[in-house]
Amino acid sequence: MNAETMDAARPLAVGSRNLARIYALEAKYEFLKLLRLPAYSLPTIAFPAVFYALFTVTYGSHQIGGVQAAAYMLATYGTFGVIGAALFGFGVGVAVERGQGWLLLKRASPMPPGAYFAAKCAMSLVFGAIIVTVLSVLGALLAGLRLPPGEWLGLGLVQMAGAFPFCALGLAFGTWCGPNSAPAVVNLVYLPMSLASGLWMPLSILPAFLRHLAPWMPPYHLAQLALKVVGGDAGQPVWLHVGALALVTAISLGLARAGLRRDADQTYG
Amino acid sequence: MHRPSPDLETRRPDPPPAELRGAVKRYGAVTALAGVDLEIRRGELVALLGPNGAGKTSAVKLLLGTSAPDEGVARLFGADPRAPAARTRMGAMLQISKVPETLAVREHLELFASYYPAPLALDRVLAAAGLEALAARPFGKLSGGERQRLLFALALVGDPELLILDEPTVGLDVESRHRLWEAIQGFVRRGRSVLLTTHYLEEADALSDRVVVIHEGRVLAEGRPAAIKARTAGRRIRCLTSLRPAEIAGWDGVRSARWDGPAVEVLSSTAEPVVRELLARDPGLSELEVAAASLEEAFLALTGDDAADAPSSAPPETLSRGAA
Repeated sequence: MNAETMDAARPLAVGSRNLARIYALEAKYEFLKLLRLPAYSLPTIAFPAVFYALFTVTYGSHQIGGVQAAAYMLATYGTFGVIGAALFGFGVGVAVERGQGWLLLKRASPMPPGAYFAAKCAMSLVFGAIIVTVLSVLGALLAGLRLPPGEWLGLGLVQMAGAFPFCALGLAFGTWCGPNSAPAVVNLVYLPMSLASGLWMPLSILPAFLRHLAPWMPPYHLAQLALKVVGGDAGQPVWLHVGALALVTAISLGLARAGLRRDADQTYG
Repeated sequence: MHRPSPDLETRRPDPPPAELRGAVKRYGAVTALAGVDLEIRRGELVALLGPNGAGKTSAVKLLLGTSAPDEGVARLFGADPRAPAARTRMGAMLQISKVPETLAVREHLELFASYYPAPLALDRVLAAAGLEALAARPFGKLSGGERQRLLFALALVGDPELLILDEPTVGLDVESRHRLWEAIQGFVRRGRSVLLTTHYLEEADALSDRVVVIHEGRVLAEGRPAAIKARTAGRRIRCLTSLRPAEIAGWDGVRSARWDGPAVEVLSSTAEPVVRELLARDPGLSELEVAAASLEEAFLALTGDDAADAPSSAPPETLSRGAA
C-alpha cells in the first residue's frame, strides 16, 4: 500500500479535540492517581487531622488570643494541611514524573501544557478541600466548635485560594529536585517552616526568635489571613499578607520556569 | 496535495513526515549534534543507529519539539515540532522507566487519546499492542514487556502518520522484542513512517528500509541495511603472540591491531584468513579468541574507511589504527 491510497482512505484530521475534555480528564486522573497512592493520600489527609484532633481534644475549649482554641487551630492546621497537599502533590509529583521521563513523553505529545499544571492545581484544591472539611467535622464533634456559616465558608475559601502560592512553590521544588531526593527536601522545608509559622502551636507560646522569624515564612501569611476570618490574627494588614504570598508565587514561578528550561537542555543519548 | 500546511515552504508540495537540516545541538561545551541531515519519507522505516552517546536521543528530541536546534532546522510534516498542532500527527515511544503506577492501562490510553483530534478506538489500540487482557491492570502491576507494550500503545493511540521510537526494545526478552518488531512492521505496511533509534545492528537490519549511522553527532553512513551491515560487520581476534601489532596491521582485511595488556587485539572484516596467517607465522601463539566485533568497533571501522576515502576529515579515533 502506498501513501496515496493510505491518505485517500483516511479522513482528514480536523481540529476536533475538545480542550475542556482534556483538562477534565487530566484533572480526574491526576486526582485518582494520588488517591490510589497511600504514600501520598494517607499522610496528606491524616497528619493534619490527627494533630488537630489531639490538640483540639486537649485544649479545644481554651482561648488563644481571644478566640476559642478549636477555631484558632482549625485555621492553622487547615493551613498546614492545604500547604502539605500542594507542596507534595506538586513538588514530589513533578520531580518523580520528570525523573521517570513521563513528563518528557507528555511534552512530546500534543497535550496542551496548561492541562498538566491545571490538573495538579485542581488536585491540590480537592485534597485541600477534603482536609478542611475533615478538620471542621472533627472540630465540631470533638470540641463542640460552632462557627457562623459565613466564617466557615470564608475559612475554606481563604485556604483554597491560599493553596496557589504553595502549588507554585511545590512546582519550583519539583523542577529542581531529583525524584529520589524530592520528598526529603520538601519535608525539610515544609515541617520547620510550618513550626516557625505557628501552624502547630500558637506563636505566642513559641520562643522569641521564632516569633521574629515567622513573618519571613510564607505559611505565616496564609495562616494570618485564615486567622483573620475567625478574628484570631496578629492584626497586620491584609495587603501585607497578600503581597507576601504574591511575591512567593512570582519567585517560585520564575524558578520553575528556569528549572523547566534547564530540563529541556539536559543532555542524554 | 492532500494536506495543505499553511506556514510552510512552498517549494515542496508535500513535506516529509520528519526532517533535520544541518541540525546542530550543543549542551554547554558538549556538541551532541554537529550538523545532521535526516529525512524520513512517507511509508519508510528509518533506523538511526549509533552507540550510546552518539546523538540519537538529541536528534529525536529536536523532532519531538522538546528542544530546539542551536543551528539548522527540525520539521515535522513541514512544521515546527514545538507547535502542539504539528505533533498531533506523530506518536512517540521514549526511554521511560515508569509512568504513573496507580492508573490502569485503559485509563492511560483514554487520557492520551483525548490529546488527538482523531484517535483510534481504545479497543483497537489494546488489540494492536496485545493488551486486551490487561486493560484494567494498573501500570505498576505490569511486567517489563507489558510496560513496553503500553508505551507503544500510547504512541499509537492518536492514529499518527509518523512514529518516533527511541530504543524501543532495550531490556526486552527475545519474544517481547519480536512481538514489538511485528507491531512496528504492521504499522509501516499501512503506509505510515517510522523513525527508530537503536544501538543493535541486528534490529536496524531486521526492520528498516534505510539505516542512518550516527556517531559523535555526525552522520557517518547511510544506506540499505545490507550495505551498512557489510561495511560494519567484523571480527575481533585476541591472542598472546610474539608478533607485533604494527606488523599485523599491514595484512589484508585487517582494520586495526593494537596491544591490549599483554595480548594483541586485531579487528578484521573476516576472521579465518587472519587466524591462518597468525598461526602460520607464530606457532607459539596462545589463548586465541575470536568474537563478533561490537558496534563500537564497527563504527571505528567505518570511520577508518571514511578516512581512507577522505583523509582530510579523519576523526581522531583513526590514530589508534595500527599504532601501539
